[in-house]
Amino acid sequence: MQEIQSLIGGFAVALSWFNLVLMFAGIVLGVIIGVLPGLGGANGVAILLPLTFSMAQQPGGATSAIILLSCIYWGALFGGAITSILFNIPGEPWSVATTFDGYPLAQKGRAGAALTAAFTSSFVGALLAVLLITFLSPIVARFALRFGPPEFFSVYLLTFSAFVGMSKGSPFKTIAAMMAGFALAAVGIDTVTGQLRLTFGFTELLKGFDFLIAVIGLFGIGEILLTIEEGLEFKGAKAKLDMRAVLDTWKELPTYWKTSLRSSAVGCMMGIVPGGATPASFMSYGLAKRMSRDGDKFGTGQVEGVVAPETAAHAAGTSALLPMLTLGVPGSPTAAVLLGGLMIWGLQPGPLLFVEKPDFVWGLIASMYLGNIVGLIVVLTCVPLFAAILRVPFSIIAPVILVICAIGAFTVHNSMFDVWLMLFFGVVGYVFKKLDYPLAPLVLALVLGDRAEDSFRQSMLLSQGELSIFFANGLVGTITALSLLLLFWPLIARGLDILRGRKA
Amino acid sequence: MADDRAVGSVRAWEVIVAGVFLAFGSLVVWESRRLGWQWGSDGPQAGYFPFYIGLFIVISSIANLYSAIAAGEKSGKPFVLWGQLRMILVVILPSAAYVALMVNPWFSLGIYVASALFIAFFMRYLGKYGWLKIAAVSVVTMLLFFMMFEVWFKVPLPKGPLEAAFGFN
Repeated sequence: MQEIQSLIGGFAVALSWFNLVLMFAGIVLGVIIGVLPGLGGANGVAILLPLTFSMAQQPGGATSAIILLSCIYWGALFGGAITSILFNIPGEPWSVATTFDGYPLAQKGRAGAALTAAFTSSFVGALLAVLLITFLSPIVARFALRFGPPEFFSVYLLTFSAFVGMSKGSPFKTIAAMMAGFALAAVGIDTVTGQLRLTFGFTELLKGFDFLIAVIGLFGIGEILLTIEEGLEFKGAKAKLDMRAVLDTWKELPTYWKTSLRSSAVGCMMGIVPGGATPASFMSYGLAKRMSRDGDKFGTGQVEGVVAPETAAHAAGTSALLPMLTLGVPGSPTAAVLLGGLMIWGLQPGPLLFVEKPDFVWGLIASMYLGNIVGLIVVLTCVPLFAAILRVPFSIIAPVILVICAIGAFTVHNSMFDVWLMLFFGVVGYVFKKLDYPLAPLVLALVLGDRAEDSFRQSMLLSQGELSIFFANGLVGTITALSLLLLFWPLIARGLDILRGRKA
Repeated sequence: MADDRAVGSVRAWEVIVAGVFLAFGSLVVWESRRLGWQWGSDGPQAGYFPFYIGLFIVISSIANLYSAIAAGEKSGKPFVLWGQLRMILVVILPSAAYVALMVNPWFSLGIYVASALFIAFFMRYLGKYGWLKIAAVSVVTMLLFFMMFEVWFKVPLPKGPLEAAFGFN
């Protein structure tokens, strides 16, 4: 088992004191970020990314940097559950389904049980996803080594078609948001011809739009605006988590092993195929409701109703790193920001990473195991502390978060223009959220725009402009066909409905 | 003005946003045509890819425009209430002033002083705190940030006359 050997090597990298401290710091920061309104996994990592620039220059520093940032991500995943259960405010979109049963449980005075169930099942979901990454990603990477530009473009196509096919809202809004992201990515100097594109004579636009600024504005400022619209008060249940409640819940949890396994499977699948944690959590909640013996009691405070969405969300959030590492295609906005980090540190994400930087890849994978263990311990012991953060009045928290966003935006390129841009993206994010334009495809398109365009151009050069190159062999043909199926899925689904309606 | 008065309906805003997308898409198409969207002597020209991106924006925004108009009055829900909008302006306008205070051609305060003033404004205007508490929170927070960025991580942020007086440039 070559993977086991590589993994042991990875543990040797991850288990230095420095990295363990970073892991702990990352988890604590991540939970705080996940608990605070306006800060989430994606923009939290985006804001802290500039702080790692100098760290990544040192030998082995890139591994430490990714450990810090990925642990912030795990922390944010854990933190989302705290606000959903105690305050009925989903800190992250993927914790919405957790509120369905988590908040009623807290109101019944069983907040401890709900929190323990959420954290433990998050941990289980993440662990299964990391196991999947450990054993599947080397295979995927080896397979992807044979990919040429057409194959890569078809994978990008699949990524973006998945957003259209799996979104619950209007497919045209998804396409509009996504294409706007591509257009913004094209702004600046064209790398191939050296021509200026879409700058209209503004020198500030020469270097293009940085996706980090967009992420901080769209998710950070936009979220603050949405929160303040709802009013300033947070009303929450008491956060008490004693050892008794933890142990009692742990005794109860094994009876839900079927739900856990099913939810992990749903989460892993949805995480690898971009679409992400949010639909995974809803889907697995729905499945658990239909299949459980207590299904009709869901929504009134069932522990199983917390287990299902949390397992799936965490499994999906974790497995979203698999396509990022092996193909350079992130499965979620936060994975996209991590991918951006890799590029800034001078690493080329994609299948070659496994060959050229095994220390980095396996150090990261090993840190996923350790980080989730550290995370579980931290959240189980420190819940009251984190919940106390939410009791800080909004009139103090909001300006501090805005200041953090502004500093984060400035440090990306040391540019004031970016800070103004962040404010602009904040208003855009607010309007988009209100009108159900999805933000994730926009961010992913902004990150992948240049790479997608490059692979498309190279493919076109290979084929002298014939689109048939995307069906040239079995591999690329299958991926392209799958993408088209997903892209037109809203239409196909409607067609099927009409057919079924006629039969009935 | 009454707090529960609506500022535009969802439908109206759908139309506006779809219109903005339409204009943006058209702009991208127009720019791509200027750059050349076809096949040059050595391969695809600079506007080759953006042209289709712009085209997709135009097509999807027309579809969004159509569905917003076709939805009729049933989506006449308010987009935002006046009371809510006022809260949003209370955040957005001071934020803009805050960014302007940080660095401007006339009198730049630097990020730290501007941030402290910004936090103080929020605590006074929304939280109605006493000046002592305000001073404590805003100054301590910004001192913490100063230590973190200038001293520990050595990330230089825009500074103003106050920092210069203490010898930090």
